[in-house]
Amino acid sequence: MSELEDLYREVILDHNKNPRNFAELDDADRTIEGVNPLCGDKLTLYVKLDGDRIADIGFKGTGCAISVASSSMMTERVKGATIDEGLQLFDTVHRMLAESELDETALMELGKLAALSGVREYPSRVKCASLAWHALKTALNDSTESVSTE
Amino acid sequence: MNSDMSSATPTSISERHPITNIEALRADFPILDQEVHGKPLTYLDSAASAQRPQSVIDAMVRHEQRNHANIHRGVHELSQRSTDAYEHARDLARAFVNAPSRSEIVFTRGTTESINLVAASLGRMSLSASDEVLITQMEHHSNIVPWQLICQQTGARLLAAPMTQSGELDVEAFSRKLTERTKIVAIGHVSNALGTINPVKELTAIAHDAGAIVVVDGAQAAPHLPIDVQDIDCDFYALSGHKMYGPTGIGLLYGRETLLDRMPPYQGGGEMILTVTIESSTYSELPHKFEAGTPNITGAVGLGAAIDYLATIDPKARIDHEDRLLELATAELSRIPGLRIVGTAKRKAGVLSFVFDDIHAHDLGTILDREGVAIRTGHHCAMPVMDFFCVPATARASLGLYNNADDIHRLVGGLHRALELFR
Repeated sequence: MSELEDLYREVILDHNKNPRNFAELDDADRTIEGVNPLCGDKLTLYVKLDGDRIADIGFKGTGCAISVASSSMMTERVKGATIDEGLQLFDTVHRMLAESELDETALMELGKLAALSGVREYPSRVKCASLAWHALKTALNDSTESVSTE
Repeated sequence: MNSDMSSATPTSISERHPITNIEALRADFPILDQEVHGKPLTYLDSAASAQRPQSVIDAMVRHEQRNHANIHRGVHELSQRSTDAYEHARDLARAFVNAPSRSEIVFTRGTTESINLVAASLGRMSLSASDEVLITQMEHHSNIVPWQLICQQTGARLLAAPMTQSGELDVEAFSRKLTERTKIVAIGHVSNALGTINPVKELTAIAHDAGAIVVVDGAQAAPHLPIDVQDIDCDFYALSGHKMYGPTGIGLLYGRETLLDRMPPYQGGGEMILTVTIESSTYSELPHKFEAGTPNITGAVGLGAAIDYLATIDPKARIDHEDRLLELATAELSRIPGLRIVGTAKRKAGVLSFVFDDIHAHDLGTILDREGVAIRTGHHCAMPVMDFFCVPATARASLGLYNNADDIHRLVGGLHRALELFR
């Protein structure tokens, strides 16, 4: 597998082409705007809560394949999870994007999300992958601040 | 004159046989002879920053090794050599833009500082609440934001003349926006995002008829077109060294002497004063009034060397070479399925912006980089242009005199690789 194929894995290209949960939620409890000024990625994340559970989640926006795929995979993964599980997952994904090696437990937790690890070799692209996750963290922390990767 | 002096003040050899074999000049640029990610470097990002020929690098190294000291007022030998080198660069710059007088050439950090200087100084002097500043919709942020700042301070209004779908300025609409309220018109000579060459001479005449002062942003024109501020008849012209094969951190502002004379200083400090008491100061004559503090002396030497380098090349051969490459690139890219060229003006220089419907520019940039091809992706500091064409970003390939047909073919190869990956 060439380095490019390692970045643009099948699962990432698939989520880019057919993003899941790519919709505005009319009844969202939390709405977060995120931007990546470097490449112009723009994202709006909608989260509907039921107690401490993420009952529904959606996103709209424009961005590169990494940004769209990461947003799509994130929403697919955390829909139905608890707020604590979502925040825990943010930490693990953040470690995956920032560090080189993860232990078995972390890799098990990531599952399909480990496909995003290819961006580590592309420092200018890490922010594309992390934008949606920062938006998620902000939403789950009940902050109304907008998110910028700068 | 000793040998150190002659190295500090290179003499122009433009009158001798101008070089017409442009392809051979690539060898003058040592940085191009390398591999990136295992592929030969294909540098197509000159509109962001052009590479430097060995002669520019040598001139700067020589200056640092033999001649550097602070300029003006020094009584020792090195200070004199540095002063001579710096002021010689001013003479070369004057000739490069064909300004009537060397006192009309102000060294700055680059185009951005040049425009900020005009906006702050001329704006403070001549703008009030009922006035207007007219720019165009295709300006670089550096020809938008300085005007926003001075308009906020003075209460003047900032207007933008629209462009057409091909990325050409709508000259009729431009004329209609000019009124007796228009005090300053600021236009780009060549658009960095689209490559459009604006008819600055015609626009200047129209603006002067309306009584406005004309500022031209020449950052992208300087490396491609002959610059003649007397022929354009503009009041100010700004450019950057590093876009025209010189170093970063140095640029210039041409300003009409009668205006520069009346304008207040932009910054205060050393070099720009005659006398200082705690209460008040008197200012140096032009151009030193606008050059506060120790300037970028080595940068000026490098800019002078870049001007000397360009002067050795036949300008028509250089322009023909770049036009042919732009034509080739346009034809080759037009054949790629799903690719749309953004900016299709009849007269263009050096820039090819494009988008794919389903591949984001940022992904293209990464894929091309792995093929050794350096392009720029994003909004190119021209967000209003992106908004106009309803794209979040474009990919931009831009040309220098050292590019050749192989570079274009490698770009095309890289784009096919992207299509293959994203199929």
